[in-house]
Amino acid sequence: MTATAEVSTGSRGNQPPVPDGAITVTLKIRRFNSEFDDEPRWDSFEIPALPSDRVLNLLHYVKWYIDGTLTFRRSCAHGICGSDAMRINGVNRLACKVLLKDLLAGGDKPTTITIEPIKGLPVHKDLLVDMEPFFEAFKAVKPYLITYGNEPTRERVQSIADRERFDDTTKCILCAACTTSCPVYWTEGSYFGPAAIVNAHRFIFDSRDEGAEERLDILNDIDGVWRCRTTFNCTDACPRGIQVTKAIQEVKRALLFKRV
Amino acid sequence: MQFHKYDVVIIGAGGAGMRAAIESGQRARTAVLTKLYPTRSHTGAAQGGMCAALANVEEDNWEWHTFDTIKGGDYLVDQDAAEIMAKEAIDAVLDLEKMGLPFNRTPEGKIDQRRFGGHTRNHGEAAVRRACYAADRTGHMILQTLYQNCVKHGIEFFNEFYVLDICMTETADGPVCTGAVAYELATGEIHVFQAKSVVFATGGFGKVFKTTSNAHTLTGDGMGIVFRKGLPLEDMEFYQFHPTGLAGLGILLTEGARGEGAILRNAAGERFMERYAPTIKDLAPRDIVARSMALEVLEGRGAGPNKDYVLLDCTHLGAEVLESKLPDITEFARTYLAVDPVKEPVPVYPTAHYAMGGIPTNVHGEVLRDNDNVVPGLYAAGECACVSVHGANRLGTNSLLDINVFGRRAGIAAAEYALAHEHVELPENPAAQVEAQVALVLSEHGQERVADIRTELQATMDANASVYRTEDTLKTALHDVQALKERYQRITVQDKGKRFNTDLLEAVELGFLLELAEVLVVGALARKESRGGHAREDYPNRDDTNFMRHSMYYKQGDGLAADIRLDYKPVTFTRYQPMERKY
Repeated sequence: MTATAEVSTGSRGNQPPVPDGAITVTLKIRRFNSEFDDEPRWDSFEIPALPSDRVLNLLHYVKWYIDGTLTFRRSCAHGICGSDAMRINGVNRLACKVLLKDLLAGGDKPTTITIEPIKGLPVHKDLLVDMEPFFEAFKAVKPYLITYGNEPTRERVQSIADRERFDDTTKCILCAACTTSCPVYWTEGSYFGPAAIVNAHRFIFDSRDEGAEERLDILNDIDGVWRCRTTFNCTDACPRGIQVTKAIQEVKRALLFKRV
Repeated sequence: MQFHKYDVVIIGAGGAGMRAAIESGQRARTAVLTKLYPTRSHTGAAQGGMCAALANVEEDNWEWHTFDTIKGGDYLVDQDAAEIMAKEAIDAVLDLEKMGLPFNRTPEGKIDQRRFGGHTRNHGEAAVRRACYAADRTGHMILQTLYQNCVKHGIEFFNEFYVLDICMTETADGPVCTGAVAYELATGEIHVFQAKSVVFATGGFGKVFKTTSNAHTLTGDGMGIVFRKGLPLEDMEFYQFHPTGLAGLGILLTEGARGEGAILRNAAGERFMERYAPTIKDLAPRDIVARSMALEVLEGRGAGPNKDYVLLDCTHLGAEVLESKLPDITEFARTYLAVDPVKEPVPVYPTAHYAMGGIPTNVHGEVLRDNDNVVPGLYAAGECACVSVHGANRLGTNSLLDINVFGRRAGIAAAEYALAHEHVELPENPAAQVEAQVALVLSEHGQERVADIRTELQATMDANASVYRTEDTLKTALHDVQALKERYQRITVQDKGKRFNTDLLEAVELGFLLELAEVLVVGALARKESRGGHAREDYPNRDDTNFMRHSMYYKQGDGLAADIRLDYKPVTFTRYQPMERKY
């Protein structure tokens, strides 16, 4: 089934004015509503858009002016909250961090953008997936500072170098772009996945933390770090630029050499 | 309908909600209801820092911080509350560090501190390094750290549960809050949560404006629910415009950039803040900087092809400072404007950012039902609340402080109240109103489109109720908002399903936005003076004789067309007499 702007406007009133410099692009979106549908389908929408628009703007255009049933998560719209990870032209991205100008076909060729839900998590509706398995894996690695003994009166002292040691993995926004780009995760959902390991890394390499052993034991499990096949999909997918594969390798090394 | 029974129910899982949950969850049976996943909350978008007079890098004390907060708020701050916040700021930062927050460090390994707007040494002598920070991701780190600690303490979350109403039971001692009613996004089911205490921590309502740093989801739900219950809102005309939003987009660029030495320039390259705030220049409070920028543009000194923005010059800071201390905003400028702050100045213009007003509370987070009485069992904290520690203009970093200090206080107070009291019976048919509301939105009763009404609301608010206001512009805004409210009664949504009906969600959110926009505009019309974030061109001076008092708004009657009654509440003074605000 194909829906286009012309077909669907009908009784929904006029479309908003087309801004100067707008071009027409086709959004091809994977649709599925577990309430009504047995099988997913593709819908296409032809819409006007500016090269500076984020893909999220395009999705909003469809939702607000053509098909209100189109469903996706979003909140901050500038790459901080991690709500809108999706597969855009076959790779995991945040819809609010990809600009149309970076997806244009070039020349006079028409542009079609393909959008699907992230893979490996059950789809509830359109681009919205079940995030519970993802957060369960996160929680399983004890993603919080573990310390023993009395707390100091003031702050714990930490050198600039020690703070720098785990800086990269503190940037994680739990968007699941990395985990759902991992071929191992697609086939074996029991694998903790890159995001959980990133968040374990964030504490294992924090000089203030005393829970490294507990976490390394968990990650030494059959569903732990050894499942990683270093395909680097996760690193490519991370919208925060975290060196995810490197972090996983560092956890592996900590397990091999029993030190962090 | 499903029924749940808890001691404490917290609505919202941003910084204030989760800080409250950490306290409450260790004392009483607590549920956190949130329309998002906790880590999606907009606390995570805060960037620059959280002030506390740790004096880690230079002399400082909490009394100076108190004074700066009061002066920054143009003396509309309740001084007892500001004193508590500045004093407890120190432990609030140390608590976060002990929970694991990765602050930037000094060479000695202590928490590092940077300069921020309006924070000064010894009552205004010079800018002071008071903001504790983690690069330009301080809010992200706070949100993550609080969530991590909620996981550690096994806090019970109901994710994607959209609270649409609270339950109030009439007792011999007056109305008592007895629970909350939520719409479960995944299923469309209504859930009633009976509770001994309820804490609102639902954030702001920046989406009444078009150009805003706020998330799509910041639609003032908590404030709107309280207002519809006939409870007051306070100081809603005071809305903060953050000076440095990415021009045309509104995406926030932290004041921490200026804290690290960045400079605002007009089209001629002039450092114009020297004219407006000779002592602390670019680090003047946000209301002053935002007005100065707007004036530069109005008077034809704006930059760009349409002369409609000014420039944030970071080029002299060097790549290393930008990449290490301001990495995220550097990336935002590159991604969204294709401007590299290392090499060229960044186009910026004020962006709607923060509600100083909100649900009135005392310093324990208890919600007021009038100037003198609280609603037993009802609490609020964070941006949705008005303690008032921000008065007419919030200082940068004081929101992250507010959520931690008053989130903690509200969590403790709510749990202690719950432990000392029995459950009060719910009112009859507690879910009836929400069921009717949802059914109405889903029914076919008109052709108005949610997006059209929202777009027009945001356009009129940007044009008529932003940095500068006049009687005329505000009357235009009021007329527009009321016409849109009328049209809202004829909206229709396309999605009639039960599963993740975000079409329905947006329609409900718009209802809150319309009501809150009207309160803002009514308040701005009535306040015939200029104070802090509320600047009236037709009344350019502060008027302490008539307006040194908080505004209190009450909804009169039911329905969207109901009237707004305006009352006033005295400001609490301790030791600071109002002075002219110069920087």
